[in-house]
Amino acid sequence: MTKLDVSRLDFYYGSFRALTGVTVGIEERNITSLIGPSGCGKSTFLRCLNRMNDTIKGTRVEGKILLDGEDIYSISSDVVSLRCRVGMVFQRPNPFPQSVFDNVAFGPRVLGQTRGSDLAGRVEESLRGADLWDEVKDRLKQDALSLSLGQQQRLCIARVIAVQPEVILMDEPCSALDPIATLRVEDLMRALREHYTIIIVTHNMQQAARVSDYAGFFWLNDKRSGILAEYGTTRQIFTQPRDKRTEDYITGRFG
Amino acid sequence: MHNSRWSEFAVESLIRVLGFSTVGLVALIFVFLLREGLPVLSEVALPNFLGRAWYPTFGSFGILPLVLGSVLVTVTAIAIALPLGLATAVFVREVAPGWAREILKPMIEVLAGIPSVVLGFFGMTMVAPWVRQTLGTATGLTAITGSLILTYMALPTLISVAEDALDAVPKSYRDAGLAMGATQWQTIWRVIVPAARSGIVTAAMLAMGRAIGETMAVMMVTGNAARMPTEWDALLRPVRTMTATVAAEMGEVAKGSTHYHALFAIGIVLFVITFAINMTAARAIFAKRRRGGLR
Repeated sequence: MTKLDVSRLDFYYGSFRALTGVTVGIEERNITSLIGPSGCGKSTFLRCLNRMNDTIKGTRVEGKILLDGEDIYSISSDVVSLRCRVGMVFQRPNPFPQSVFDNVAFGPRVLGQTRGSDLAGRVEESLRGADLWDEVKDRLKQDALSLSLGQQQRLCIARVIAVQPEVILMDEPCSALDPIATLRVEDLMRALREHYTIIIVTHNMQQAARVSDYAGFFWLNDKRSGILAEYGTTRQIFTQPRDKRTEDYITGRFG
Repeated sequence: MHNSRWSEFAVESLIRVLGFSTVGLVALIFVFLLREGLPVLSEVALPNFLGRAWYPTFGSFGILPLVLGSVLVTVTAIAIALPLGLATAVFVREVAPGWAREILKPMIEVLAGIPSVVLGFFGMTMVAPWVRQTLGTATGLTAITGSLILTYMALPTLISVAEDALDAVPKSYRDAGLAMGATQWQTIWRVIVPAARSGIVTAAMLAMGRAIGETMAVMMVTGNAARMPTEWDALLRPVRTMTATVAAEMGEVAKGSTHYHALFAIGIVLFVITFAINMTAARAIFAKRRRGGLR
């Protein structure tokens, strides 16, 4: 099943075209990794999928992105409900300077999804889902910034899944973490794959190879605009890349 | 070579002396205040000094009505100014388009530059009659009139410090809030303002420190009756603040008299209160620094 159907997506920062003609279908309940050198539009593409680029002035989108067949950029679609369905985890852990509990409860509270004892249940469930419950169950009232970076990042994942989204976008979620914390987040991603469609931007080739089912390789065209040079199953991309540039990149000849 | 090392030493010493001289000046003022004010304790019994009546001519030197007058006027002013100022800061920082911010920020700075005596005029001729007519008080020169003028004076400080605090909130918090499906308003109210809380407290404290020390405008509009503001409608009656008392009576007091010493003692009390307020504000800033990340 295709969850997100992107066709001929162009993206502009002012007059600069940062993405050109990206066409891809993201499979439901799979992990898709986006790889490629810095500055070729992977994160920009990711941020198109939940319209986070809307917060930057002077940006513009052409083409279509369909979520379950609905155009997320059509006039009738609502950004707030889109972002509830498509959650996002950022490069650096960014928990709010509030308690662990309040962090996870933020989404359900703001969206008016649950309250009272239901809320406590939702928080526990989300923390368990993010493989963090056992570590923080005795310090739910503590400041989230007192957790380790790895725990903070899993807290951010718990905060996202508390809203019960369908898609989770992760923008280099492990780049600020040490190898052990990285491994735990990767295990977590594999577990989350059962319920969520996950798209991850990563600079770590091994990570892409380890966790993802599908992989997309971004590259720059001759106008220095990002393109999706190759897309396929992770196995195919890493073992029989069709594109010479993909092969050079993943074998570490440059980049 | 030798020469340059000597000049280095000279400049360094000069800077050090200048730096310490600020501390020295503060200490000097405080010592002066103590020297002129403390004798009142030997001349007037403590219950009298802390009493409820201020009639220097008849030997009553109770400063309680003056302290309470200052506190009432100041706290009311901050209670009005805080929501207004915070809302303005949020608007300027988070909501206003770029061109509006460019206009608003200098306007707020100008607000801070209005001489307090001008605000006093404004209070006497515009605010006081308005208070008398709309609130039906016997006179327009009341505590609430003073509070309204002080609100006006406290706002620029409050707005600009609160705005800095909002500005210091990392963008990643905004992104996280918005990416969770929170609206802009929910993100501001539930993420950004709480994250800037300590800075906002500091803003209120600094504004309060400024308001409680304000003299001229307050003296012109509060009616200056040295009475205990303890009735439920004390806000609608005249009061007298510590600052107004010192300013009004200092000119006609005999140097070295009990009354003279009592006025300096009021100065000490005011100094201590302001010092305490500023220390609280500074602690809030340090607490924030210690937690890291926010600045």
